Formats: sequence, C-alpha cells, structure tokens
Amino acid sequence: MELVQMQKSLQDYTKSLFLEGVLDSQFLQLQQLQDESNPDFVSQVVTLFFQDSDRILNDLSLSLDQQVVDFKKVDPHVHQLKGSSSSIGAQRVKNACVVFRTFCEQQNVEGCHRCLQQVKQEYYLVKNRLETLFKLEQQIVASGGVIPAMELGF
Amino acid sequence: MVCEMETDQTEEMDIEVLSSMWPEDVGGTQADNNQFNVEKPAGDSDTLKEVDIAEKRTMADLKRLPELMNTTDQGSSQLTNLVKQWEYMQDHAVKLLREELKILTKQREEAEAKELKIIEEHNFETQEPENVPVLDDTSHLLRRFKHTKRDALVGSKRVEIDEEFDTVAYWKQKALSLEKMLEASTERERRLIEKLNESLKTMESHSAPVEELTQNLKRAEGFLHFILQNAPIVMGHQDKDLRYLFIYNKFPTLREQDILGKTDVEIFHGGGVKESEDFKREVLEKGKASKREITFETDLFGSKTFLIYVEPVYNKAREKIGINYMGMEVTDQVRKREKMAKLREDNAVRKAMESELNKTIHITEETMRAKQMLATMSHEIRSPLSGVVGMAEILSTTRLDKEQRQLLNVMISSGDLVLQLINDILDLSKVESGVMRLEATKFRPREVVKHVLQTAAASLKKDLTLEGNITDEVPIEVVGDVLRIRQILTNLISNAIKFTHEGKVGIKLKVISQPSFASEEQNGLTETETSVWIRCDVYDTGIGIPENALPCLFKKYMQASADHARKYGGTGLGLAICKQLVELMGGQLTVTSQVNAGSTFTFILPYKVATSDDHSDDQDFSDMVDHHQAEPDDTTEGYFQFKPLLGTIYSNGGPVIGNSNFLPHKVMLTSPLKIINGFVADTSNNTGQSETAQVENGCGYMDETCSGQRPESVNQYENGTCPSKETESCSSSSQASSEGGALEMESDLTVSSKQPKLLLVEDNKINIMVAKSMMKQLGYTFDIANNGVEAITAIKDTSYDLVLMDVCMPVLDGLKATRLIRSYEESGNWDAAIEAGVDIKTSENDVHSTNRLPIIAMTANTLAESSEECYANGMDSFISKPVTLQKLKECLRQYLH
Repeated sequence: MELVQMQKSLQDYTKSLFLEGVLDSQFLQLQQLQDESNPDFVSQVVTLFFQDSDRILNDLSLSLDQQVVDFKKVDPHVHQLKGSSSSIGAQRVKNACVVFRTFCEQQNVEGCHRCLQQVKQEYYLVKNRLETLFKLEQQIVASGGVIPAMELGF
Repeated sequence: MVCEMETDQTEEMDIEVLSSMWPEDVGGTQADNNQFNVEKPAGDSDTLKEVDIAEKRTMADLKRLPELMNTTDQGSSQLTNLVKQWEYMQDHAVKLLREELKILTKQREEAEAKELKIIEEHNFETQEPENVPVLDDTSHLLRRFKHTKRDALVGSKRVEIDEEFDTVAYWKQKALSLEKMLEASTERERRLIEKLNESLKTMESHSAPVEELTQNLKRAEGFLHFILQNAPIVMGHQDKDLRYLFIYNKFPTLREQDILGKTDVEIFHGGGVKESEDFKREVLEKGKASKREITFETDLFGSKTFLIYVEPVYNKAREKIGINYMGMEVTDQVRKREKMAKLREDNAVRKAMESELNKTIHITEETMRAKQMLATMSHEIRSPLSGVVGMAEILSTTRLDKEQRQLLNVMISSGDLVLQLINDILDLSKVESGVMRLEATKFRPREVVKHVLQTAAASLKKDLTLEGNITDEVPIEVVGDVLRIRQILTNLISNAIKFTHEGKVGIKLKVISQPSFASEEQNGLTETETSVWIRCDVYDTGIGIPENALPCLFKKYMQASADHARKYGGTGLGLAICKQLVELMGGQLTVTSQVNAGSTFTFILPYKVATSDDHSDDQDFSDMVDHHQAEPDDTTEGYFQFKPLLGTIYSNGGPVIGNSNFLPHKVMLTSPLKIINGFVADTSNNTGQSETAQVENGCGYMDETCSGQRPESVNQYENGTCPSKETESCSSSSQASSEGGALEMESDLTVSSKQPKLLLVEDNKINIMVAKSMMKQLGYTFDIANNGVEAITAIKDTSYDLVLMDVCMPVLDGLKATRLIRSYEESGNWDAAIEAGVDIKTSENDVHSTNRLPIIAMTANTLAESSEECYANGMDSFISKPVTLQKLKECLRQYLH
C-alpha cells in the first residue's frame, strides 16, 4: 500500500473512532504526551489498560457469579475500570461503567449482570479498534513513514 | 343421631331466618300475648291450627271493621268478589247437578224401555202385586211410570187370556223366571230412586249461600294470616285524624286499647315517629299512595328502619276517610345497603387515592430524574467551562491590546457568572435530592463572621462599611456545618452588598431561646446535648425589597423584579439555596425589608455547644482557618468593622502606593496594628487568606483587577491564597522579581531552580502512567503513593510542596487522608492517624512542619465526590478527572511558585 494512502486511512480510521464515540478527547491527550523521548507511550498505556481491564473484568465476572453478590467488592472494580477507561479516553467503556455503578448502588444484581455484558462489549470494541489502530501505525512506521498528528478539535 | 342433628340444624337455621321483627323477649312479659310470638317455622305446623291462632291475633275493632268494609270501595269490592265467586261456584254446581239428572233420566228411560220390551217379548201377563215399598206416590215420575206400567199390564193380560194353549207346568216355570227378572228390575229402580233422593238432598244443602260465603271468607282470612303471621310486616288503618282503627301485627307489649283510637305520636316516642306521621298526613292530603323509608329510634323497640307504604282510603262518595298503612321492617337490609354503599365509597376513595398516589410517585420520580439530570448536566457543563474560563484567565496574562483585554474581561466575567450559576444549581439539586450531607465540625462563630466580612471587604468596590457584631453570650466554639454556614453568610453578605450603594452592611449574632417552630423536634439534637440557638441578622442600608416581592424572594430563579435582574444580574438562586440550607440544618430564614431603607435577612439555627475535651479530627477545619495567629483576644472579640479606603487600587488601578495600601480596606480590630502588620511585615501567613481559596475557589478577582500592572507586592498578595508557600516565595527575592511578567510564567515553572517535590496519590496504574507522562512534559517528577496510608507515610518522611490526591481509593480514601494530614499540621503529631488505624512509625528524622500543605483533590465529577466535600475535608482545590495537561498545568501554576 502506498504510504500516503496508509497515512490517510489511519487518519480516517482514527477519526471514525472519535465519531463513533469509541474514543474521546482524552485519547488526544495521550497522543500529545507521546514524543521522541517516549515514542511508544500511547501503546504502552493502552496495553497496560488492556491488561488491567482483562483482570478487572475477570474479577467482576467472578464476583457477580457468587451466590450472594458482595457489592462492596464489585463497586471498587467498576470504579477502577471507570477511572482507567476515562484516563485513556475509552469513552463508551466509561459511560457503561457509570451506569454500572448506579446499579451497584442499588444493589441490583440483574442490572449489574446486564451492565457487565455491556461493559465487556464496549471494552472488546475499543480493544479491537485500538489494536487495529496500532497495527496501522506499525505498518506506517515499518514502511518508513511518520504517523500523522491528529489535529485537535474535530 | 344424624337425623337429630339435621333437624337441629334446620330448626336453628329457620329461627335465624325468621327472627321476629319485634324483640323476642318482649313477648314474655304478657301472658296473653305469649302465644302470638310464633317462633316455629310455618312449614312444619298444622295449617288449620295456625289459622286459628292467627285469627285470634287479629286485633280489629270488630264493630267498625264491617262498617269500614261497607263504606269503602276496597271493602265492598272484596264482598262483591266473594259473592261473585260464590255465584260462580253455585252456577257450576247447578250445572253439574243438571248433567247428573240428565244422565239419570236417560238411564231410567232406558230401563223402562227394556222392561217394556221384555213384557212385549213374552207377551205375558202376571198378577202384578203392587208391592214396591220404596215407591213414593208423591213422586210424579213414579206415578207416570206406574201408569205406563198399568197400561202395559192391561194389554198383556188380555193377550195371555187369549192364548191359553200350553201346559200349566210350562207357564208356571216361565212365570217364575219372569217374576225374578221383574224383581231385579224393581230393585234397580229402587236404587236409582235412592240415588236421586240423595242428589236432591245435597242440592238442598248447597242451597245455603251465607254459610258458603262465611266459609270462603274464613279461608281467605286464614290464608292471609298464614302468609303474614311471620312476616316482619305491620299493617293498619287509620282514620283521617290518623287514629288507628285497625292494626295487624302490632308491637307485642302493646294492648289493643293502647293503640286503637290513638295516633302514632300518642303511642310512640322518639326519632322517626313524627316523620312517619307527617308522611301519612302528606299522603292523606295529596291523595296519592306513596312509599318511604323511615328509621325509628324509639324507647320501645330501639332503632329499626321500616319501609312504609301508605295509601289513602276513600268512601263510595269519593271522600277521604283515612289511610291504609303497611310497614315492613328493613333494618338489616338498610344496614347492609349502607355498609355496601360505604364499602363502595371507601373503595372509590381508595382508588382515587391510589391513582393520586401513583400520580405523585410518577411526578416525584420524574422530578428526581430531572434533578439528577440537572446535576449531571451541570457537572458535565462545569468541567469544560472551567477550562474555558481558566484558559481565558491565562490568556489575560499575555500581552493584549486594550480592545482585546476588554473583550477578554467580558468573557471571563460571563464565564464566572455561568460557573456560579452552575454551582448554585448543583447545590440546589443536591439539597433537593437529599445528597447534601451536613458535617458537624467545631468552629468559632466570631471568626467565621470576621472572615466572611474580610473576604467581602477584599472584593468590595463600593464605598461601604462592613461591620460584625457578636454578643457576649454567643459561645466561643460551637458545632455545626461551618462550610454551609459560611456559604449562607457569604451569600447573604454579597447579596446585601450588591443591593446597597451607600451606608453599611453588617452581621449581628446573638443567642436566643428555642424558637417555637423547633419546639416539637429538636432537629436531631437529643436532650442530653447542650444546644444553643443563634440568631444571625444580615442587614444593609440598601434599596430594600417591596413588600409584594417578599413572597417570591426565596423561590428559585426569582428576583424581586425583572428590572432588578437586569440591573444587578445574578442567578436568582442564591437566596433559594440559603433558605434550603438553613432548613436542612433545622433552622429558619426570614426577611424584613423597607424600600429605600434596607433589608435584614435573619436566620436562626441550632448549634451544639462544643465541649472542650471534644477533639475530633473534624476540628482541623475550623482551626485551620487562622490557627496560625490565634490571638487570645481575637477569639472573644465581638465587634469588627471594615471601612472603605478612598483611592484604592480598584478605583484607578493606578500606581502602587505602598505596601499597606494593597489591602483594599484597613482592617479595624481592637488590635488593628497587629493585623495590618501581618500584611506589612509579612512575618507570618496572612490572616485567613487561605479561606479565600476555599470560598471563592481561586482568586480570579485579583486577576481581573490587577492584571494590568503586576507589581511584585500584588503578586505577593495573590500568592496569599497559598500561605504555606508564601514565606518561601517571598524570601527569595530573585523569584519574586522574575514574576514581573506573566509571559515568563511557564518558563518559570519549567526552569525553576528549585525542583518542587510533588506527591501523587492514586491507585489506578493507568492514571498514574498518564499523570506521570503529563508531569514529565511539564517538567516535573513526583513520588507516588497508592492509597491514603501510603500518602501519609510519604508525607511523614518527606516535605512535599504539593499533593495531588485521588478521592476514591482503597484502604484509606483521599478525604480521610487529607483530614488526618490537616490534623497533623494542627497538632504536630500523627495521633489522629494512629487512632484511625494508620500504622505510623515515628522516627527522629521526621519532618515536622506546621505549614499548610496544598492538597489538590482529583475528583471523578460525581455527586459523591463533590468539590464541596473536598473543601470540607481540608483540600485546597480540585481537578476533575480525567486529568488533562491543561488542568494540571493550571493547577501547578497556581500552587507552585
């Protein structure tokens, strides 16, 4: 593929992620933080996010499958996930977490199960998209190109 | 056995069903009436007997009844009917008899014919003996028969004589058999005649009509009694004066003479009697039969309801002569009916209530949802807006031409207004949705008043005198939610200043006895606790409020008039919030006002009186206000005044006059020099300026007013918002001079000779990573603590310049950790933390600093992690999450130089 084309498609792809609401401006913050001294910052953070989230979601599934759900255990997990998703700009995960927490407050097991599914769905969506994004970036870098900077404010 | 039981049951049931209209025990009092109380069911008793008894029961004026019968239509028609019926029956009987007679005649004729035939056949003549004993000569029929017979005999004799040709034996035999036949025939004849006689006899007996009629009447009467004897029915006839002439089934204890010839009113006493009499009279007058239900309440038979039917009675000349009256006892039915009606009514009411309730629930839910929505929206709006305002403020520090600066100032003030509005809405929705929690902290009311006035004086741009007056009996320390009280005071004071152009604005505090509105419940204060009611007046000499505007003064989004809103601006939420806060704390907010003379807002609140040994960790907040300069006479001082000073920097923004003039107003206290010295000599931290940061959330007003010129001393004043740093920054003159221009600000931060020590308290790895990277880009490094306990340990060992503290953390959350840190700053020891369970090993190389450490909260913008809560727990500021480079930069700029 032509380098220019690849760069174009990366930009379009990134844009689509924002338009779909998968990501928000916080992700741009991350990209801003990435510079020569720290060229892999975004993927590092995101990878950490994936590791962390996989563990949290696993813990959440276990907690919610208990006979008696201990919401005191569930809520901090959701809070954690909400914090980290918000930090990387995974907007839809964050929003799902907000709803999740209200159900935790109400101690609504049924609602929590539904929310967990929703959170998982959103999480896998963002994970999938971001992995694709990184792959595109890697391809560009491998072809000797530069990753185009996202302009703020669209 | 089974049978017995069954009969028992049926008997019981029957008795139940047939419960008498009159009370059963009454009957026993009079022996002659006893028998009339028929309790046995009619079905199993002898009808005839019953009829007899019933006959006796009838109580009739026998002399008058026939008379009545003869004079009235009803009476005569009954007789006519009976006569008609009798006639019909007679006709019928005659018809039957005639038919019988016809049959008999026919039979006899046949018999005669047969006899003749026999005689003719045998042509035989015998000596007919006239020996029919039963024959009655008088009977015409028999005579006729005899004649015919004789004629025949004569004829046959003659024939026999003529024809004598057989033997004697033959004839003798023949004669014998014939004789036998004749005998049989005669016998038959005799029987027929007997029968005929019998018939005649019956006919004779039937021919007595009076007897028949009597019997019929008897039967009819018997039938009537049979039907009516057990029915809960009373019947009577009354003349046109409503005197009883006839009554059937009267009340058992009354004798005939008690009733007949008397009216209802004369017989009975009690409720309903008069009504029934009136009703009867009405029917009599109108001449139209009518029914009505009347409830009697008499001594005689208690409460009973009767359905009464009354019809007028006419004589043959169509004149009214009285009424017929029939009453049926329907008490049970009426009771049931009323019960049903009541049930139905109750049901309807309950249904209505239910639907009403559902509606209310629905509305409440909707309202709650709307409020929640409002709160969320406000939060969502607030964070980007703070960004806008913050950026604008930074922009204002850059080199701008005059027009740009004007535009920017408008932008900033508008932004501030919107922020204030949103904060107000948030406060309001929090109070309304019950999320607002009250803190019980120990505080000194005098200090609060002083600081509120000081703060107000600091931003005062008018020629006004601010004064505070606290009576001696107001306790030095009380327990209450100081933050809210301060908020109310600040709000009322700023309101007062806004609407006052000259004269003074002040706060008056005094102790009052428990007000009447709080007499019932003690607002959570139990009897054992000493509580004190303090009345706080906030008065001004301003434009006043017209009386008609007072009612809507505390309503949301309302100002006294639209005109005022335009002239003075404001959200119109301030007073509503104040009122709600005061009420939340169990007090009352009222207002009195006179147009052009001023207004006084008064709120009365209960406080717990602080006991001296009550050193909780909440204490830090009240003391942190100005514990650094806790002068002994300051705690008991009851009067403060802040007077305007002409020629302040606000009036012209002109050149710097001198250090003491940077204060907008002189602080007039009993020992004014000390305070003023506090500023001039800068020996210690400024008097309570830290509070400015808390209440005002920053010091934007200084930016606004002083951005033009930046003399170093103004900068110094601005830095007063962060007292612990001030000494440091002021002591290094090189730093102070380098801050002359705002453009160098950022480079200041990055190339700062002395790298500040920062601590990030955060449990989320990703957040740490992001924050770290941001800090790096801003040129800082920091230590990391993963929870409150780690933070405390780190602070114990190292002297930090700034702490960024997450609110929600495991082990020990940010709010608690901050409180413990503040407690340490206050007391110089970690006792409170150790008490709270934090494992702290004190060592000699512990850094002991009583300087106030700036702690910035990182909140997730939820109702639970509100900025108010952060302030209340001793935090200095907050950054909403997710943390951005811009927010971080702004915060560090504010707190680190």
